[in-house]
Amino acid sequence: MTDNADRPNQPLHGAGATPAGAAPVMEFESYRAPRNQWWDVWDQFKTHKGALFGLGFFIFTLLFVFVGPLIWTLDSQFIDIRARNAGPSWAHPMGTDQLGRDTLARMMAGGQTSIAVGLTAMLLALFLGTLIGVMAGYFRRIDGLLMRMTDLFLALPLLPLLLVIIMLYRDNLRAAFGPEGGIFVLIVVVIGATSWMQTARVVRGDVLAIKEREFVLAARSIGTPSHRMITRHLLPNVMSPIMVSATLGIANAIITESALSFLGLGFPSDFPTWGRLLFDATDWLTQNPERVIWPGLAISLTVLSVNYIGDGLRDALDPRIRGR
Amino acid sequence: MTRYSLLLGATALVLAPAAALAERGSSGHLNIIYWQAPSTLNPYLSGGTKEVESASLVLESLARFDDTGTMVPWLAEEIPTVDNGGVSEDLTSITWTIGDGITWSDGSDLTAADFVFTWEYCTHPEGGCAQASYFDGVTSVEAVDDGTVRVTFDAPTPFPYTAFVGSESPVIQAAQFADCLGARAPECTDANFGPIGTGPFVVDEFRPNDVIELSANENFRFPDRPYFATVTFKGGGDATAAARSVCETGEFDYAWNLQIDPTILSGMEAQGNCTVVTAFGTSVERLHMNQTNPDPSMGDMRSTVAGGPHPYLTDPIVGQAMSMAIDRALIVEIGYGAGGQATCNVLPAPEAYASTANDGCLVQDIEGANALLDEAGIVDSDGDGIREYEGTPMRVLFQTSTNAVRQDTQALIKQWWAEIGIDAELRNIDASVFFGGDPASPDTFQKFYADVEMYTNNFAGVDPQAYMANWLCSDIPGPDTQWQGANIQRFCDPAYDELVAEMAATADLEERGRIARLQNDMLVQSYSIIPLVHRGGVSAHASTIEGILMSDWDSELWNIMDWRRAE
Amino acid sequence: MLTYTIRRLILAIPTLLFISFIIFLIVKLSPSDPTAGLPLTIPPEVREQIRQSLGVNDPILIQYFKWLKLMLWDEPLHLLEGWTGLNVAPDGARIISYQTRSPVMELIMQRMPQTLWVVGTSYIVGILIALPLGIISAYKQYSIFDQVGTFVSMVGFSVPTFFTGVLFIVIFAVNLGWFPSVYNTTHVVTDWPSFVVQVKQIIMPVMVLGLYNASQISRYMRASMLDNLNQDYVRTARAKGLNEKVVVLVHVLRNSMIPVVTVIALNIPAVFGGAIITEQVFKVNGIGQLLIIAIQGGDVPVVQTVSFIFAVLIVLFNLLADVLYGVLDPRIRYD
Repeated sequence: MTDNADRPNQPLHGAGATPAGAAPVMEFESYRAPRNQWWDVWDQFKTHKGALFGLGFFIFTLLFVFVGPLIWTLDSQFIDIRARNAGPSWAHPMGTDQLGRDTLARMMAGGQTSIAVGLTAMLLALFLGTLIGVMAGYFRRIDGLLMRMTDLFLALPLLPLLLVIIMLYRDNLRAAFGPEGGIFVLIVVVIGATSWMQTARVVRGDVLAIKEREFVLAARSIGTPSHRMITRHLLPNVMSPIMVSATLGIANAIITESALSFLGLGFPSDFPTWGRLLFDATDWLTQNPERVIWPGLAISLTVLSVNYIGDGLRDALDPRIRGR
Repeated sequence: MTRYSLLLGATALVLAPAAALAERGSSGHLNIIYWQAPSTLNPYLSGGTKEVESASLVLESLARFDDTGTMVPWLAEEIPTVDNGGVSEDLTSITWTIGDGITWSDGSDLTAADFVFTWEYCTHPEGGCAQASYFDGVTSVEAVDDGTVRVTFDAPTPFPYTAFVGSESPVIQAAQFADCLGARAPECTDANFGPIGTGPFVVDEFRPNDVIELSANENFRFPDRPYFATVTFKGGGDATAAARSVCETGEFDYAWNLQIDPTILSGMEAQGNCTVVTAFGTSVERLHMNQTNPDPSMGDMRSTVAGGPHPYLTDPIVGQAMSMAIDRALIVEIGYGAGGQATCNVLPAPEAYASTANDGCLVQDIEGANALLDEAGIVDSDGDGIREYEGTPMRVLFQTSTNAVRQDTQALIKQWWAEIGIDAELRNIDASVFFGGDPASPDTFQKFYADVEMYTNNFAGVDPQAYMANWLCSDIPGPDTQWQGANIQRFCDPAYDELVAEMAATADLEERGRIARLQNDMLVQSYSIIPLVHRGGVSAHASTIEGILMSDWDSELWNIMDWRRAE
Repeated sequence: MLTYTIRRLILAIPTLLFISFIIFLIVKLSPSDPTAGLPLTIPPEVREQIRQSLGVNDPILIQYFKWLKLMLWDEPLHLLEGWTGLNVAPDGARIISYQTRSPVMELIMQRMPQTLWVVGTSYIVGILIALPLGIISAYKQYSIFDQVGTFVSMVGFSVPTFFTGVLFIVIFAVNLGWFPSVYNTTHVVTDWPSFVVQVKQIIMPVMVLGLYNASQISRYMRASMLDNLNQDYVRTARAKGLNEKVVVLVHVLRNSMIPVVTVIALNIPAVFGGAIITEQVFKVNGIGQLLIIAIQGGDVPVVQTVSFIFAVLIVLFNLLADVLYGVLDPRIRYD
């Protein structure tokens, strides 16, 4: 196959250089002392340059936003009005905004929120989407019900829904988790609960096709129970669309969060997030172009790194590829 | 080719003197952008500024306010006064004489019957007329003869220029709207979207919330005006985009309500394609300090008089310190630019009513504020940087509507308050909810489930009597009135109530001015309300447009018939 | 398949009724108010009267059934009359917008052309870019083409349209002056020059939205192609000596289409729903703008009607996707 030539896919240790066979997994295991499957996944993952680079960048981003504030100690909310709209300088390496707040400090503080919201909301949406998609695709009896529920969620007008949810639950959550914690829970749940539908539909579509494949029929004929069918045979084969959904979901969550905050449905206005920094900077596109570059770059590169991690993970989890 | 250009040159020569005289339609096409699009052209069905101002191209009233706030006769011959006999001695009626030879755009005559009909239309109990307050206290509108209208009030009215004055209560054609009274008003889509008027333009096409195409009124009473032959009135987008389309791309000639960062706007103006114009009316951006207790633990008693006073905001010392900590000039510089002036008054205009007693607040004094609080014994007793008032830490929830300038102002004020040991949590709420008045929502400005809130209020016209009556004890919002009531900060002072009653009984203008100033000072010095910025309207027009006299007392487009394109 | 389709269509009716009721409840519960946009100078009593005249305070169930009756019976007849000229429409009430006091259906009809022009074109452009991009990216995995494609599509998806739109305006309308920044909804295409004007005014919003759509669809296309390229049947096909083009474009592509078809079908209703932000940035004033203004203005009938039409489209296109699954992979059965 043409696309294998440039992939350094041979693990260095062990008897990696097995000829690819029709049933590589079985062959693979017979060659080796039993070892944790996740080590194999990691070995395969390591061979994927893009994935390693993505992982590296992602870790760098995490360090930047979580450890960075310990080194760069300027308060992200401190207003230095004399230094407003400043370009990059030693005092403010990324410049300042229209109130003189330090962009570097805001990028770090904003990144904490954006990454936390992006990851959690994406995981929630992915979990819901995969669960509902697999259930609907595999169990014909509940397919109709689950898919009509998906239709319902797709059809709901998001903004009024949010207004209602926030009206009903904001004060309770604020009392339970504090002003920022409460809003965090609210936003993550809202974004997660309103963006799982595409994943569910895509996963269900794939499951419908896969469950008619020969290997599934074979597994069923030997009496494999449903839960094992799903976890061993179906899920690994729908990993690709799930990974794509994950990548798209994280970007979607970061941007939706900024839209919500802007509408007054999210974090307080002085609470920076990447999406919000980008939104605020858009009006300054001609005057201070560097202001849009930082958050824009941060969001894009984070999403890109998640995408590559997803690519690598999918390859690593695919037994056919891993075995080669 | 040569002959053709010769011919062109000849026509240009012939046209040149005519252009100097300027005749109807000689300026060609005018493009106006309102980033909030009008939803109807019937200002009685929607009281929004965008609807009123777009309708003012078509519909007119008896008198209007010019750019200085002076009343000028429009459809009327002159302004009726007690002196010229137009207003009765007992101040209970006013008689207007309609100017000669004024016709509707369909050619029929404007008569007193149209005014009587307009009154019936707006006061119909099922109509839900948005401008009904202009007819408050009016017991009858009658046609004395075809050219004379008399408006009678139920009580002596020192300022009778409400009905049919200004762009909010224009006259509509009886013939067109005859079948649209009351509950049938919404069925008259054609009339609401294309009212026949007496104004300089007629509607060719109306697309709600999108665009209006207008052309010059052939039957307009000034034969040489309007100078523009056609107008496109486009809506949509946001304020920055509207400014850009006038100042940077030049696609539009006039953009309305450019509440954007002044640095961005002046940067656009500096490119030389447009001129920013401002006009000041009575709008004041202010902070309301909740005088009742908004603590969530109060349950249903939150922010009500029954729930008891606020733990510390009722103390004028606290409010005074919070006011002293604010640098109003800086707020203006950062958020409003030419469209704002620092103010210490709730009632900053007209001049006769503006007090000067509070101008000390214009200078920020953080040290003074700290000293004031220290002296009063309001100190930080547990060392967390936040002062305690009789044991209650001063942490305020500070809410406002969602708007970039307001959020910047919030951030600035939060920092200044932090410097005097008061912590603020910021919250912004979508304007449709905040100003929505839905009794079920916790986030309306009337419910005021916060300690401090910020927004702008103003009054229409030039008479402050009704506006200053907002702060009556009886006007405090509460669950018993479905949270309706204009006394948002829950201020209550019997002495103030007496002043309101005195105002209503006084006709002398100077005396009214004195009372209004007293009321203003009493409110401001209670520190239950902290005025910040006297706000003006900000618009931009292409440098090639002449004759714009922007007014915040009436529609910005009040003199559009005089607008023309410079050669 | 036919019985399945018919059964689903019949089932769609109770589903839609249920959805419409839920939407109605949410819109009614939401705290925005039709008088919120009015200046504060208008006193509360007048506001209350306005609400009364709109019928905002009627009991919820009555409001719902009134709306339902108009939506299911009167409005289709009006539509029929508009199309055929037959005089079948009943007189009297229609679904009236709170803000404009005019029939909601007419507002929707007025906004359809620009929405279809902009959002529809951008969707087609997006698919036309995405399919080849996804296929080539997968076939030449980790080639330069794939890497660049991945980068561009990730940037395209993660940079929000509120930013790309303004960026395009600043570059192409302000600095270069090539395209207008304000969409003219009254422009009518009658001949070639007017068509050129139309193309010029839709090109920026179409590119902004197209980039976003293409990014999303191409990712699913690529992932699904990659899955299938590794399958045994591909090797079998090649072993049989089939032309590589046939293998990829017929065998692999067909089997890779299921997630792509899902995503495309899922997003077609959004074409009719408009694009709120992009429409706002370019002043297109289509369905998206109608909806957002209605939401902000507490205009329940408009939000309700637009959402309902949206729901109908979602149910129909998801059904279409399910039918297409069967066509693409005959092994999928529903009976």
